[in-house]
Amino acid sequence: MPAAGVVLIVAVVLIVLALVYYLVSTIVALRQITAGLDEAIAGVVGIIEKSAPVADVVSDINRNLDAGVDLLEGLLVKKAGLDDAMGLVEGLYPGAAAEGLRQFPDSGTVKPPRISEVYTKGTLTLARLGREAPIAAASPNGPVLRNVEGGSLDARSLYPETRQTRPERLPRSPIIGTNAPVQYTPSEQRGGTTPDEAEIREKGPWAETAAEGIVPAELGGSDAPREMLAEDPQLGSPVLGETTGSEEPATERGIDPSGGDEADATSDAGPEPPEEAEPDLKDAAGGPRQVDLDS
Amino acid sequence: MTLWWIGDVLLLVVVLPVVVYLLKGVLDAARSIVPSVQRIAAAADAGSKDLDAVPLLLTTQAQVKQTVEVVANYGGSLDTIIDDES
Repeated sequence: MPAAGVVLIVAVVLIVLALVYYLVSTIVALRQITAGLDEAIAGVVGIIEKSAPVADVVSDINRNLDAGVDLLEGLLVKKAGLDDAMGLVEGLYPGAAAEGLRQFPDSGTVKPPRISEVYTKGTLTLARLGREAPIAAASPNGPVLRNVEGGSLDARSLYPETRQTRPERLPRSPIIGTNAPVQYTPSEQRGGTTPDEAEIREKGPWAETAAEGIVPAELGGSDAPREMLAEDPQLGSPVLGETTGSEEPATERGIDPSGGDEADATSDAGPEPPEEAEPDLKDAAGGPRQVDLDS
Repeated sequence: MTLWWIGDVLLLVVVLPVVVYLLKGVLDAARSIVPSVQRIAAAADAGSKDLDAVPLLLTTQAQVKQTVEVVANYGGSLDTIIDDES
C-alpha cells in the first residue's frame, strides 16, 4: 500500500474517533437534560394540581367576607347615622374615613366628627367595655380614655354625683365580718346590746354585724365630726336615743323575767271585767250555722 | 499519487478540524443546558412544596363562613336591641 493510502486511512480513523467522542458526550448531556426536564415537568404538574381549587376557595372566602363587611357597614350606618359612623371609623382607624364605606359612595365626602370628644354615649359604652378600647387613639390630646381628666371624668359625670364630689375622695365601703382585712370598732350603739363572743357563738354569725356597728364615725357616721357630714346630717342622739351602757335596770324593781314564765293564758288573758258586769251573750241565742249542720 | 497526498492533507488539515469544531460546539451547547434545566426543576419542586398549604384554605373557608354567620347573628341581635339613628 502506498504511503498516501496509509495516511488517508489514519485521517479517516481520526475523524471517526472525533465523531464518536463528541457524539457520545452530546448524548450524555441530552439525557441529563431529559432527566432535568422530567423533574421540572413533575413540579409544574404538582403546582397546577395544587393550585386548581384555589380560585374557587378564595372566591368563596371573599364572597363571605364581602357579605360580612356589607352587613357591618349597613348596621353601623343604620344605628349611628352616616356622619357618626364615619367618625367612629376614623376614631378607630385613623385615615380610614377618607376611603369611605363600600356600600355608601357618599361616605367618602363626609367630614368625620370627633367622636372621642362629642360622642359621650359611645365613650361611655367603650369605657364599660374596657379602658383599653382604642377609641380616638390618634386624638391630638392623646388617648382620651387613658387621660383621667379628659375621658374618665366625663364618663363618671354621667352617674349620680355622690361619690366623686361629696365628700371628696370618699373611701371604699368597708368589708365587715370577723375575716375583714380591717376591723372597725363600733362607734355607736342604737338600742340593744353589743353582742360579745359568747352571744355571737350562741346566736350565730349574723350577730357579728351588730357587733361592728352600722357606720363608724371615721366613715361619716352620725357621730362623725361636723365637717364630714353633709348639709343635711342624719338625726342625732337626742332623737334616735342611746343605751345607758350599763346592765343595771332603769327602775328600782327592774323587770322580773319570771313573770312571763308563770303566765297562764286561761287566767291572765284579757282584761278583768267588773264583778257586776253581765256576760256578753248576744251571740249565744243564735243556732248553729247552716254550713255546720250540713257538714 | 499527488492527488492522494493533496486529499490526505485536506482531510487532516481542513475536514478534521471543522468536524471537531462543530461537534465541540454542539456538546458545549448541550452541556450548558443541563444546569439551567436542573435549576428549573429545583424551582418547580420548591413551588410545588410551597403549595402544600393550599388545603388549609379549605379550613380558612369554613372558618370564615362560621365567623360571618356569627357576625350576622350578633348584628341581628344588635339591630334588635339598639335603636336606629333616625
